[in-house]
Amino acid sequence: MKRKHLGKTLVTVVLSVISLVYVFPVFMVLINSFKSNTAVKTETFALPTSETFVGFQNFLTGINLGGSFWESALNSLIITVLSTALILLFTSMAAWYISRVDSTLCRVIYYLCVFSMVVPFQMVMFTLAKTANTLNLDTPLTIPVIYLGFGAGLAVFMFTGFVKSIPLNIEEAAVMDGCGPVRTFFNVVVPMLKPTMISVGILEIMWVWNDYLLPYLSLDRTKYITIPIHIQYLKGSYGQVDLGASMALIFLSILPVIVFYLACQKHIIKGVAAGAVKG
Amino acid sequence: MKRPKKRANGNGQLISRSIRRWFPLFMGPMVAAFAIGFLWPFIHGIYLSFCQFRTTSDAEWIGFGNYLKALQDESFRYSFGYTALYAVVTLVLINVLAFAVAYALTQKIRGANLFRTVFFMPNLIGGIVLGYIWSMIFDGILSHYNTSILLETRYGFWGLIILMCWQQIGYMMIIYIAGLQAVPEDMLEAARIDGANRWQTLWRVTIPNVMPSITICAFLTLTNGFKLFDQNLALTGGLPYTINPDGSAVHTTEMLALNIYTTFYGQNTAARGTAQAKAVLFFLLVAVISLIQLRATRRKEVQQ
Repeated sequence: MKRKHLGKTLVTVVLSVISLVYVFPVFMVLINSFKSNTAVKTETFALPTSETFVGFQNFLTGINLGGSFWESALNSLIITVLSTALILLFTSMAAWYISRVDSTLCRVIYYLCVFSMVVPFQMVMFTLAKTANTLNLDTPLTIPVIYLGFGAGLAVFMFTGFVKSIPLNIEEAAVMDGCGPVRTFFNVVVPMLKPTMISVGILEIMWVWNDYLLPYLSLDRTKYITIPIHIQYLKGSYGQVDLGASMALIFLSILPVIVFYLACQKHIIKGVAAGAVKG
Repeated sequence: MKRPKKRANGNGQLISRSIRRWFPLFMGPMVAAFAIGFLWPFIHGIYLSFCQFRTTSDAEWIGFGNYLKALQDESFRYSFGYTALYAVVTLVLINVLAFAVAYALTQKIRGANLFRTVFFMPNLIGGIVLGYIWSMIFDGILSHYNTSILLETRYGFWGLIILMCWQQIGYMMIIYIAGLQAVPEDMLEAARIDGANRWQTLWRVTIPNVMPSITICAFLTLTNGFKLFDQNLALTGGLPYTINPDGSAVHTTEMLALNIYTTFYGQNTAARGTAQAKAVLFFLLVAVISLIQLRATRRKEVQQ
């Protein structure tokens, strides 16, 4: 029994060390965001000293490095919120229809959605960017249509899988009581879909917020950029750019993500597991 | 991937009849967006892979020429080999480590939840940001030896592997934990009573029971490896490069997706047809891996 106890302690110690390694990169970003530009390059791993510590100066210059950071953050926020809302609403409606109406057309659409999940973005990027441009889907308010289209596959797949497991008689009772399809869907089906909505929503938020290439190619970049594009622009000018300020900017960009993660950790982990197992 | 179930009894008829004519409302928006955001670009992309073009409006049909050029392209062939090697190395490393961590966390360890939270955290951070963070760390180390991650192929290769292990172990760990928790307790109990030690129990009882999770994670890491783009772009961007005798350049840490991207949007706009053909080949490769996965998981389901 005692040996077993020792083994467990050893495992805990090993896991604690790995945890420190895991937190280390984020910690490095934090300490470097308080150091001067040259100190980031020459003494990357040192804690700030009285000579290299610059206080919040990096954050002040950082938010205007390569354009206004707040503007990029706002664009990212608009695109993420709108896209996720559109995907949740329209793919759940479609999934319900597909599950309840047994027609060849529905089956074809369903298989096309499943098919789209295995197509890598590079396959469509050139023509998709062209289409977005032609149809004016190149602003933060309109690009969510592209996200709905390209991201429909996984969402339809996950929703359909769940709707099929709901017993029909609840919906039938609603219809017999005189509920129209719209009310049946929103008052009866949507409440039952809530757990799947959360899982799909989490997956879409993580995808859209961090997505780089789709907005980079589709957005009108002279007017709108997102956080990943903003960061990549800084990386592109590596060497000339103020590294301390860049680190401040990086820290600002991961802070909301970490807060979001700690706030809905349970849902995130559940959503990821659901998406992975089904995908 | 199951097909929508056909309802054998007439039970579904009531709902089906009442919503059938509401197609435009329920399906319309999704189908329209799907056509714009996927279907049309996909078909148009296939067509363009057989054309010589700079923009979509000046396309001229040339047949299989683009495919020949793509297959003869030294940089494309190099990036295929490089990507395959990378995908296999991460497949092994990430799965072994993620399984080990998941196994440790399911042994009633104190603080298991905290560890799980920490290990999963990197998944929330986008690839571009991760690339920037890690290039700072690697260059912080390498600058002491007067070199940089951009200067040597092996640094770029192992750097990307360290980065991706750091990011994906937590993700696969979540799937393995779910699988491990589903192993029937009485089976483990029975093995213990029969005198099996920990190691035997792990190999004879636990691992056969989590085979479905292993299949899922193996294919996920494999496809993720082949499709990797953001982290590759942000960490090294393909650098360094070597010049061939014929004057063409091969970027030695450039993976398939990045190679397609640089062919599309590089200096030479006449190569866009080749780029689109490369993209189709890339799609076929990913699709074949997915098909094998589908068959592998199907067979497992039948056996159970």
